Amino acid sequence: MPTVSVDKADLWERLGQEYTTDEFDQLCFEYGLELDEDTTAEVEAAIKAGLPAERPQLKIEIPANRYDLLCIEGIARALRIFLQKAEAPHYKLVYPPGGESELLTITCDPEVKKVRPLFACAILRNVKFTPRSYASFIDLQDKLHQNIGRRRQLVSIGTHDLDTLKPPFRYEARPPKDIKFIPLNKDTAHTAEELMTIYESDKHLGKYLHIIRDSPVYPIIYDSVDQVLSMPPIINSEHSKITLNTRNIFIDVTATDQTKLDIVVNIVATMFSEYCDVPYTIEPVRVILTDGSTRISPDLSERHTTARASYVNSCTGLSLTAPEVSTLLQRMALHSTVSPSNPDQLLLEIPATRPDIFHECDIMEDAAIAYGFNNLPHTFPATSTVAQPLAISKLSDIVRQEWALAGWVEVLPLILCSHEENFEFLNHVDDGKTAVKIANPKTLEFQVVRTTLIPGLLKTIRENRSHPLPIKIFETSDVVLKDTSRERQARNERHAAAVWCNKTAGFEVVHGMLNRAMKMLEIPLIGNTDEKAETGYFIKESSDPIYFPGRAATIYYRPAPTKASGTLSTIGQDIKTVLHAHRDVEIGSLGILHPSVLANFEIGYPCSALEFTLEPFKKKMQKIWTNDE
Amino acid sequence: MAESLQQLVLDTLDAQSTIQDTRLLTIPGQSAPAASHEDQITILGALNSLLSRDMIVYETHETSSHALTSEGSQIVNEGSHEARVWAALPAKGEGSPLTPVQLKKQVGDETAKVGQGRAFKNGWIGKEGDGLVKLLPTIQDATQNDLQEIASTGTLAAGEKLLADLRKRKLIVQRKGQWFTVRKGSNFSTSTAKPETDLTVDMLTSGTWKTSTFKKYNFDAEGAPTDGGALHPLLKVREEIRNIFLEMGFAEMPTSSFVESGFWCFDALFVPQQHPARDLQDTFYLSDPKEALPPEPEYYKRVSTVHEHGGFGSTGYRAPWSHEESSKLLLRTHTTASSAHMLYKLAAKCRGEKVDSDEAEFAHGSSTVGGPDDGFKPAKLFSIDRVFRNETMDATHLAEFHQVEGVVADRNLTLADLIGFMRVFFKKMGIERVRFKPAYNPYTEPSLEIFAFHPMLDRWVEVGNSGMFRPEMLEPMGFPKDVRVHGWGLSLERPTMIRYGINNIRTLVGHKVSIEGIENSPAVMF
Repeated sequence: MPTVSVDKADLWERLGQEYTTDEFDQLCFEYGLELDEDTTAEVEAAIKAGLPAERPQLKIEIPANRYDLLCIEGIARALRIFLQKAEAPHYKLVYPPGGESELLTITCDPEVKKVRPLFACAILRNVKFTPRSYASFIDLQDKLHQNIGRRRQLVSIGTHDLDTLKPPFRYEARPPKDIKFIPLNKDTAHTAEELMTIYESDKHLGKYLHIIRDSPVYPIIYDSVDQVLSMPPIINSEHSKITLNTRNIFIDVTATDQTKLDIVVNIVATMFSEYCDVPYTIEPVRVILTDGSTRISPDLSERHTTARASYVNSCTGLSLTAPEVSTLLQRMALHSTVSPSNPDQLLLEIPATRPDIFHECDIMEDAAIAYGFNNLPHTFPATSTVAQPLAISKLSDIVRQEWALAGWVEVLPLILCSHEENFEFLNHVDDGKTAVKIANPKTLEFQVVRTTLIPGLLKTIRENRSHPLPIKIFETSDVVLKDTSRERQARNERHAAAVWCNKTAGFEVVHGMLNRAMKMLEIPLIGNTDEKAETGYFIKESSDPIYFPGRAATIYYRPAPTKASGTLSTIGQDIKTVLHAHRDVEIGSLGILHPSVLANFEIGYPCSALEFTLEPFKKKMQKIWTNDE
Repeated sequence: MAESLQQLVLDTLDAQSTIQDTRLLTIPGQSAPAASHEDQITILGALNSLLSRDMIVYETHETSSHALTSEGSQIVNEGSHEARVWAALPAKGEGSPLTPVQLKKQVGDETAKVGQGRAFKNGWIGKEGDGLVKLLPTIQDATQNDLQEIASTGTLAAGEKLLADLRKRKLIVQRKGQWFTVRKGSNFSTSTAKPETDLTVDMLTSGTWKTSTFKKYNFDAEGAPTDGGALHPLLKVREEIRNIFLEMGFAEMPTSSFVESGFWCFDALFVPQQHPARDLQDTFYLSDPKEALPPEPEYYKRVSTVHEHGGFGSTGYRAPWSHEESSKLLLRTHTTASSAHMLYKLAAKCRGEKVDSDEAEFAHGSSTVGGPDDGFKPAKLFSIDRVFRNETMDATHLAEFHQVEGVVADRNLTLADLIGFMRVFFKKMGIERVRFKPAYNPYTEPSLEIFAFHPMLDRWVEVGNSGMFRPEMLEPMGFPKDVRVHGWGLSLERPTMIRYGINNIRTLVGHKVSIEGIENSPAVMF
């Protein structure tokens, strides 16, 4: 969420009242803002110490969709209306004295479609800036660039002293070598090509260069005598820069999407139109678009929509009359009247400053905010349901409890790990079909989603060197495996794993943990050559480079047969036994960890490990009563 | 021996009431009083054993004495180096003088080197030609005499100056010693029979428990440590919160998909495609596999349309739609992605589709009061599972954490219901004072941040987020317009850190957690 710094004394003046920090914090809380910091104490301390100090600031956090609150002008305006100290203004387009024919014009060259296709603009006439309002004007543009503009990628703004320019204007796109001008805060002219090099190391501008760098043409705005206004989204020209003395401001906005373009030009124009001789008036410009059509920019028309008092009541749990709802909405700067024809219906004009209103529910929320969330009645939903835990949670809780009762300690390593930890450190080769890989990790610790719980357990042992031996730890949690049959191309699998670390490796200890878990899950132990048993588990010697040769085994599970159908029951006993063995599935492994694995994890003592999947033991949850059955 | 010594101490005390100086005792089996250091150590052992039974009390006195080094002992036996040099030489005029080389051969290098100088200095020997001869017929070997005195008395009557000289010559070393003054203790008796420490099976069979005396139990000491396993503290808190949900009638949702698509994690929730949460800086995207299979095409179309062009009473975001963005695979940033999928299943019947098994599992037991027969069944769902954020890690942030999430779906739910419900939910977690701040969240409207008053910090802290899911999310799924869905979420780590007073999350989650810390984490009762 963006944070806006406002001058405290100025805000009190605008609100016509001084607040204590607590009172203002409360006001912010009700409206949905958050007072992050009041620098008054800091400033006073600096003054006391004889240090240079700024004026006290309030740092206010703004909801990310309220672009109209990104400056003191907007915050003060909204709060004054909320506090019923003012009414919401109607922003007006005012044509030049000679009417439509005197409108300034800008023509967009179709070439711009190749780089930054959309353009809008507005003019503020007879503006009077103070140093602080001037700073606020610059700051708002920066906030918009960073937030809705996504660091100028989607939208960028340029502002100019109109009196230094000779309209009509042209928005064009040209090869960088054909563009040359004196950029803001420089004294010599450079080509766009040169500027790309000059700004490379610029801490502020360097991060925007990529937006147009590789384009064959760069966007550029000229006046009628080929004076450059700006090269969006990088830099304005020195020539047209605004100063404290600027009276007439030309605002250009370029963008890649129309909605955001309109939002930004409207916010900049409406926020600072309060400094015009006639506040809240904006002079439009005729924009000849790339397809030859004409648009009057900006479009500040209010959006007409309706809302029902009954809907507001039904969503909030209140029972307000339509006029009451209407008053609440006016406090949120929405122009609202009760429909003369339908007493439940409110006619709304959504100002251009409120592009966050999409739906009747947004209007409902505004009414609830004005009413006060904390003033709503305390009710409780009547929804009647029956609780039910998830089968996999129940199963893993059983294993967790049993293993803890057996004297083992549950640990909680991270799910993301490095590629090495998941493969090479375990003497395993990545076949490219198992692990899900992360494209943009900030550190090498997070390259893959683990496919085994063993690395996390071994890292935990490594970090717990000082713990007396034996160390016996376990984890029951998910790993992720690639699965191309699924929409998400991957699936979680619940595993249980344990590692024993002591002066002797103790294969039989982790083996015992397997036996214990199976005993508690009522899975019988069967011989590894027994093909006749209907269900059970067994282990069989195997070789896996993670384990010490001759001290490794694979765990197999034979699920109980599904109810035999008529045909199957007629088949002879011999075939049936064969079928039993065919159901055997590999569910995990255990063994003494190979000394090279221990070395990779910097563990100086022998360890045995056990890991298996719990998925086959998941029980179908009971279907308790439903209305259907 | 130990027992007889203890008995001697007790008997002596019984007779004399005080033992002024334990150096005067004669240890049983020895002929002389226990003057030596070793003897006093032996006596100390006996005294401590008696002291532990409160039979005696004693005071310790420190002494310092001297003992010979091996070189010193040699001098006592063979004479000093200078005396040995003197003895080896012929008297002046009697026989041929010895050259230094011959002398070395006779008395050894060391003695020749040290003894020669001192014998000269004492005027015992002199030079004759190339050799050495005796100058005196008899000598007094003072060093040998001094050392003999030290060996028998531990000190030297001549005083500290000479002792210091001998120490410097490494012939003697100083040794600290102790001796004791012993008096009767509160349990004094002349019987050394040891009291029993524990009741044993032998005592039961023999009946000696009736006559035995028992040692006093130290009730101030801790009992013997148990050896058992332990569950992880974070998962103990998970259990407690899970129980709260179950007590309130919630069914647990399956959340077993860490991998989600941009569609399910964001688009289905009406999170705009340009939202900052979808940035590479915040979300882990996958490089392999990269792309999800397409979701159900009709639903996909309804979702993309409401984003790009609006619908269901909404203007929509009116921003370009990217299929690529939607099909990107990522690690879920919130379990709301799983909730969205469950809600989609819950609405299956409303869409006229055959009920999928999961949906039946969640809607069981729910009753719908008076609504139209459109297939909707109310549900209360929860989950607690891992989510992933591509954050820079610090004391309070990890790249993965657990999200607690609750969802209630029913007809005509109200914001007041949500707030009332939250108050009860947090009360069950032991949080009495909560208040709600309007907030922005792309998939809920209204959205509320939940603040709780923290009595220790003496301020309000944010404990969770909640809201009513937007119609732009619910209606494309097929829910009827009067169905409203509450959702709320909080992290599991935060209440756990507060519960256990933990400041650094890395001491709670991950491989750096101390196993001992897990073993000693108290149980959780909200």
